[in-house]
Amino acid sequence: MSIQFRDETFRDTYTFRNSEWAIRRFPFPFHEDSYMYSVNMEPHKGGREGSVYENRFDVDEHYVSEMKDRAIVLAEDPLRCQSLPHMTLAGWDLLELIMVAKSEDYPDLFELHRDGNNWHWINKPMGIDQKFVFMDETTLPYGPMEYITRQTQGDFAVLDQRDDNLWMDAGMVTTQADWSLDFDIGMNFFEWHAPVPLAHEMGVFKRALKFLLNIQQGAPARRLNWTMTVNPLLDTSPENYHKWGIQKTTLTPENCGEKQHLRVELQTFFRLPRSNALVFPIRCYLIRLEDLVTVPKWGRRLHRVIRDLPEELATYKGFIRNRPIIVDYLSKFDDGSPTSPGVWPD
Amino acid sequence: MSKFNFPDSITSRPVYGTLEPRPGKSHLMIADAEGAEALLDLAKADPGVMAKAHVIYIPKGTGTKYSDQLAALKPAILHISPSYGSSVQRFQRILSDAHMGLQIYLAGTEGLMGQAMQEAVSAGIPHSAIQTEHRGSVARRMQCVHCKGITEDVMTDPFVCSHCGLNLFVRDHYSRRLAAFQGVCIDAEDPGEVPEPVELYK
Repeated sequence: MSIQFRDETFRDTYTFRNSEWAIRRFPFPFHEDSYMYSVNMEPHKGGREGSVYENRFDVDEHYVSEMKDRAIVLAEDPLRCQSLPHMTLAGWDLLELIMVAKSEDYPDLFELHRDGNNWHWINKPMGIDQKFVFMDETTLPYGPMEYITRQTQGDFAVLDQRDDNLWMDAGMVTTQADWSLDFDIGMNFFEWHAPVPLAHEMGVFKRALKFLLNIQQGAPARRLNWTMTVNPLLDTSPENYHKWGIQKTTLTPENCGEKQHLRVELQTFFRLPRSNALVFPIRCYLIRLEDLVTVPKWGRRLHRVIRDLPEELATYKGFIRNRPIIVDYLSKFDDGSPTSPGVWPD
Repeated sequence: MSKFNFPDSITSRPVYGTLEPRPGKSHLMIADAEGAEALLDLAKADPGVMAKAHVIYIPKGTGTKYSDQLAALKPAILHISPSYGSSVQRFQRILSDAHMGLQIYLAGTEGLMGQAMQEAVSAGIPHSAIQTEHRGSVARRMQCVHCKGITEDVMTDPFVCSHCGLNLFVRDHYSRRLAAFQGVCIDAEDPGEVPEPVELYK
């Protein structure tokens, strides 16, 4: 299937929209009518045809515009992409993983031709045609991690594995749910998750780390995470919070369906072959509430989840002030009837 | 009393111990202000340790109160420095010559210990050879997440970033690489509504 790439913005004019196709394949994250933290890992080995789970690195109609937004963020703040010196090999691993996966999964959009270390990469949607020498940084315009993640949707944390822990030693982070790579780079798994409430006490991070340390090459895993964002703003960074925070106050009962977005992260985890690092892509999907409620089961369920969410979580996720408006809006789409198990539309 | 019991906090926040004399070929001690008291206690526990010690001491506001007492311990080298910044090159020079068996002792404010720890770890000194003990001021070294500027010796929450002027609240989230806590704009969603600053831990 060929994708019609949209020309749209994720800031200022906010022309981002989901097509009917994108709404139907939205990764709705709630498999039941309530939410609490869990490790919720499953193998990332494909999924329903057409779903965001089908391919290793999902490409959708927002691809080209998301990459433009990333370039804007990086021009304003180059510290959003950093790699500690020992992580270059992992960067090459990541470049290889993505180029191979995309050229296999989307042969009409991406091509990779390899003759020994002489590689030729063609990215048709972005109009890139690059010949380079694999493992020779001087033949690319950026370091390998930056090069390939400027062409791949989602944030990327590249984690070094040592001392039975994972260390966030490199990353490309421009579409984050309010955390700073520049601040967190070099931290271990427990340190960068330190600000998350409740989950430490529940033992979630210990279990998650144990799982992640054991991820094997060729057997990636995935999970979903979520939050709420006013306006389809990809760059909800702490760096720019003093600029975008005010947008939260613009939500009203009248504009809630249009302005309030459910923000879902498809988090995947791949072991990298040479460096033994773990790459942790965090892919952000946004959907307007008014689009989400076109799937009746999702509207009913989201209402119940948001209404019943513990206060600490609503605060941490940053929508406590708008929760009453959101719940009130969603209540109109909840007739109280039961919902079927699982995330898929009925 | 220069000791302070920090309340339990999140996992990125550093915890400090009590300096103990350890066998070592040489000893490097860096302290500021009341941190000197930890070195005095250390010398009391093992008077032999000072003969092999290079001490860098930054009195801050304490005048000569502690420098004289430190001199009386007769460390191999005692360097009194007007600020941490002015001692960094000396510190790096010492680290560049360091041999296996060097023991490092850091005492005083969090800002001093964090920066010296970062310097030592960057030079390849293992964590296990570095001890810390907090004494004196509970002021924090804060990084503004917005402009990236560091504000030293922050005593209140919220505070004003000394670089960009934003009103920041004090988080417990701590970066060892930056040797700083994170400060985040407190009135982004309600511009101008800044609560009265409260002294930390009060």
